[in-house]
Amino acid sequence: MRALDRKLLRDLWRMKGQAAAIAAVMACGVAVYVMALTTLDSLTSARAAYYERYRFADLFAHVKRAPMALVPRVRAIPGIQWVQPRVTATVPLDLPGLSEPAAARLVGVPEHRPPDVNGLVLRAGGYLEPGRPGQVIISESFAQAHSIGPGNSVTAVLNGRKRRLDVVGVALSPEFIFQVREGEFVPDNKRYGVFWVGQTELAAAFDLTGSFNDLAITLAPGASAPEVMRRLDSLLAPHGGVGATDRDDQLSHKILSDEMRNLGAMAFVTPAIFLAVAAFMVNVVLNRLIATQREQIAVLKAFGYSRAQVVLHYLEMVLVIVVLGVALGCVAGGWLGGHLTQLYKQFYRFPSVDYRMDPGIAGAALVIAAAAAVLGMLMALKRAMDLPPAEAMRPEPPASYEPTLVERLGLGRSLSQALRMVLREIERRPLRAAISTLGTSLAVAVFVLGTCGADTIAYVMDTLFEQSQRHEITLFFVEPVADSALYDIKSIAGVVDCEPVRVVSARFRNGHHRRLAAVQGLSERRFWHRLIDQEGREIDLPPEGIVLSAALGRALGVEAGDTVEVELLHGRRTTARVPVRGLAEDLMGLQAYMRIEALNRLMREGSLISGAYVAVDPAAAGPVYEKLKNSPRVASVAAKSIAVKNFDDIMAENMRIMRFFNILFASIIAVGVVYNMAQITLAERKRELATMRVLGLTRAETSFVLLGEVWALAVAAVPFGLILGHWFSKVLIESMSTETLRFPFVLARATYAQAVAVVLLASLASGLLVRRGIDKLDLVAVLKAPE
Amino acid sequence: MARSLAKIYRMGEVEVHALRGVDVDLYRGELAVLLGPSGSGKSTLLNILGGLDVPTTGSVTYQGRELSACDQDELTLYRRAHVGFVFQFYNLIPSLTALENTALVTEIADNPLAPEEALELVGLSERRDHFPSQMSGGEQQRVAIARAVAKRPDVLLCDEPTGALDITTGIRVLEVLERINRELGTTTAVITHNATIASMADRVIHLHDGRIARVDVNTAKRPARELEW
Repeated sequence: MRALDRKLLRDLWRMKGQAAAIAAVMACGVAVYVMALTTLDSLTSARAAYYERYRFADLFAHVKRAPMALVPRVRAIPGIQWVQPRVTATVPLDLPGLSEPAAARLVGVPEHRPPDVNGLVLRAGGYLEPGRPGQVIISESFAQAHSIGPGNSVTAVLNGRKRRLDVVGVALSPEFIFQVREGEFVPDNKRYGVFWVGQTELAAAFDLTGSFNDLAITLAPGASAPEVMRRLDSLLAPHGGVGATDRDDQLSHKILSDEMRNLGAMAFVTPAIFLAVAAFMVNVVLNRLIATQREQIAVLKAFGYSRAQVVLHYLEMVLVIVVLGVALGCVAGGWLGGHLTQLYKQFYRFPSVDYRMDPGIAGAALVIAAAAAVLGMLMALKRAMDLPPAEAMRPEPPASYEPTLVERLGLGRSLSQALRMVLREIERRPLRAAISTLGTSLAVAVFVLGTCGADTIAYVMDTLFEQSQRHEITLFFVEPVADSALYDIKSIAGVVDCEPVRVVSARFRNGHHRRLAAVQGLSERRFWHRLIDQEGREIDLPPEGIVLSAALGRALGVEAGDTVEVELLHGRRTTARVPVRGLAEDLMGLQAYMRIEALNRLMREGSLISGAYVAVDPAAAGPVYEKLKNSPRVASVAAKSIAVKNFDDIMAENMRIMRFFNILFASIIAVGVVYNMAQITLAERKRELATMRVLGLTRAETSFVLLGEVWALAVAAVPFGLILGHWFSKVLIESMSTETLRFPFVLARATYAQAVAVVLLASLASGLLVRRGIDKLDLVAVLKAPE
Repeated sequence: MARSLAKIYRMGEVEVHALRGVDVDLYRGELAVLLGPSGSGKSTLLNILGGLDVPTTGSVTYQGRELSACDQDELTLYRRAHVGFVFQFYNLIPSLTALENTALVTEIADNPLAPEEALELVGLSERRDHFPSQMSGGEQQRVAIARAVAKRPDVLLCDEPTGALDITTGIRVLEVLERINRELGTTTAVITHNATIASMADRVIHLHDGRIARVDVNTAKRPARELEW
């Protein structure tokens, strides 16, 4: 080992606390980076393989009813590879011991062989047996939630008739990687499942024999999806087609893609903050080190070491820290990534996800972390390089001070001497004070940033479930029914009130802009189901015309006062130009709202309703569910309280994990910055502090001078941290918004308070850690040597 | 009053006997000089008398109180209430002005001089708002003396107060010490290896190799201004 390497290792060992603090901050950034990217990588490859092998559909098209004879014509559209015609329906389930509404998504599959598109991965049992009606393959998550499998049976209400189905298999499908009921946010595997049933049998049950109501289509490589969709739409329009959609609008695919996109965003925002802090710390520590080693540098140069060798020496010192931090970060990131992948597997059902650590990701982390560190030490290195050997042999000139701004303004009269020392020290090194403040403020910002997602979700949930949906049950009929059905619902014992809703799929056009969206027809009196915008204000619904989600308005390029062409995709499929009365920044994305009477007029139909929002007496909820689910016309019944509970359960768990990491991350940054600053201050002011001790100032009084500075900077960092955190969160939330989903930006006051508390406590603790240095001051030795 | 003081430092494998049984008394109001070559143990003795260090064996009593039995906090209070220090390298706080360096001590003392008064005493009233970096070595040392005497200490301990100064400034500093001792009656102990300084003392304690070689009582004190080296 060369002598210089020995020096390197010993220097590092002497400053091990500071080196460890930098490595820890770096490790946090690398861990988040590695965790997010390796998980993303694992999910991406698992999904690609799954989609490929089981032919996940590229296009989906729903129709009211189309004859099987149409299938060859669909197949003939250029660019289409595989076509799977089928019958799909969502039906109530009758589950023993479960009074709340449960539902199943029924998907028709050929009896004699698995479907060509959206293939099934059998996990238990076997496939349907031809000529044996009443068999069903159930989704794995539902099977696990109920601990059932082949040999058990389930009862579903098919078109109003109870039907016992024998479970023959348990399966997964690329169509339902994320299995959630339309309109809900978290899976409820107990009350919602996917059932694959023989196509013929399902068609018969819904009077669709010889017909289909749904198509799943794969495209040939190089096919143009918009062109195929256009031709598909014109072919299906006479049969009640509601417009073909691609994967982007497929629920499971969309949610998984959003999650993966967020993982990608996470891999950059948080690590960037950590690495910036690490770079600042490297800057401060190295500047200090090179200042104290002036004479050593001079000696090295005097003995003929080149400038490059000297620079390389300090570069190596920092790279040792970087390698340590990255290694630690990769190990932690790999461990976290493995766990995160496991967590995802609970919600996203893949046949298999092999968590893998791509060495390229670790390599990239090393390069990025090293680049950040080198960037941080550029100034210090330049100083070391430029130091002429002769000048370096002389000690640094004595520090000169000035009265602070506060004192020059004449406000300093009442300051104690210790406070003066603190203030003047801060003012003498404004850059270092700024870096320290920025570093600590990033700790506050990291905490705020980590919590903003949860705050937003909590706000959205509150707005949605407390402000907007004040009713308990959302009910949809199989087919639109006359609004007299409202009286039948109201007459059920336990029902307090109900409001009608009409939902019609529509294609909106404005010039070359086109979008598919649902039009919701609502009554004038909206007490139970209110329309609320992101600010919590009620959205006004005029008697005529239409109100669009702001997102839809932007997508179509229309504003209030314009008209938009609306092609209704149900019933008579009328097309009309409808005046846009307003744009509402709502929570749900692409929606359009009208008065129900106006919508029905547009449909040229009587007073029809698609469903109802039902308020129930909580004590009588059970019998109401029972009554509704056995009603033949009812397609689905959703209970708000259960959705809320499911959501809260999952959120509570996630919140716990997240809070742990937020506190950990913010503390590591705060401790790292404050510990380093205090350590450096102690080293630089050892002589002063010892003098004060000799003069008879107590340890507490002396500590004030040491810690007053670092704590004052930590306190000063708080407002900046809150502003930065606010700003980062805003950027993050905006980056998560898509055309269809725009999150409101919300930060709870408690988040700010917690961020401040965590960071100040961490600063306090790390300051006290360094304070022990004051107890160890060698009073005698310090007084002997000249400055 | 110190009895049978011994101090042994461990420097790695080697034991250094800095003091090997020293008996010494400081009398109220006297100006004593501890004279000896470097390594004779005079600094160690001063540190122990000043409550910066504790002896390995032996006892130090101050006004009937046993200092060698005190813990760190008690020693701090002893220094705070009774001892003034002047160091070879001044040890001023660079971020505080002359006046503020003095105030640093008067703020925690029971019955101090006004900081301005203390600076007046060392003849530096006009430099009160200067920072250490703006003053010469001699001025800095006089500020250090002002800081040491401002609390009206019972004992003023000076460790080579002129060691880093040229003769002219050194004499000025000694004149100040002389004046303090005379006007305030502060018991003053000066350690030095400069034998000339001994002639301004009431008593000269010669230290050699950790022992007191002899004690001379100076009957013909010379004013500091007449000293030369």
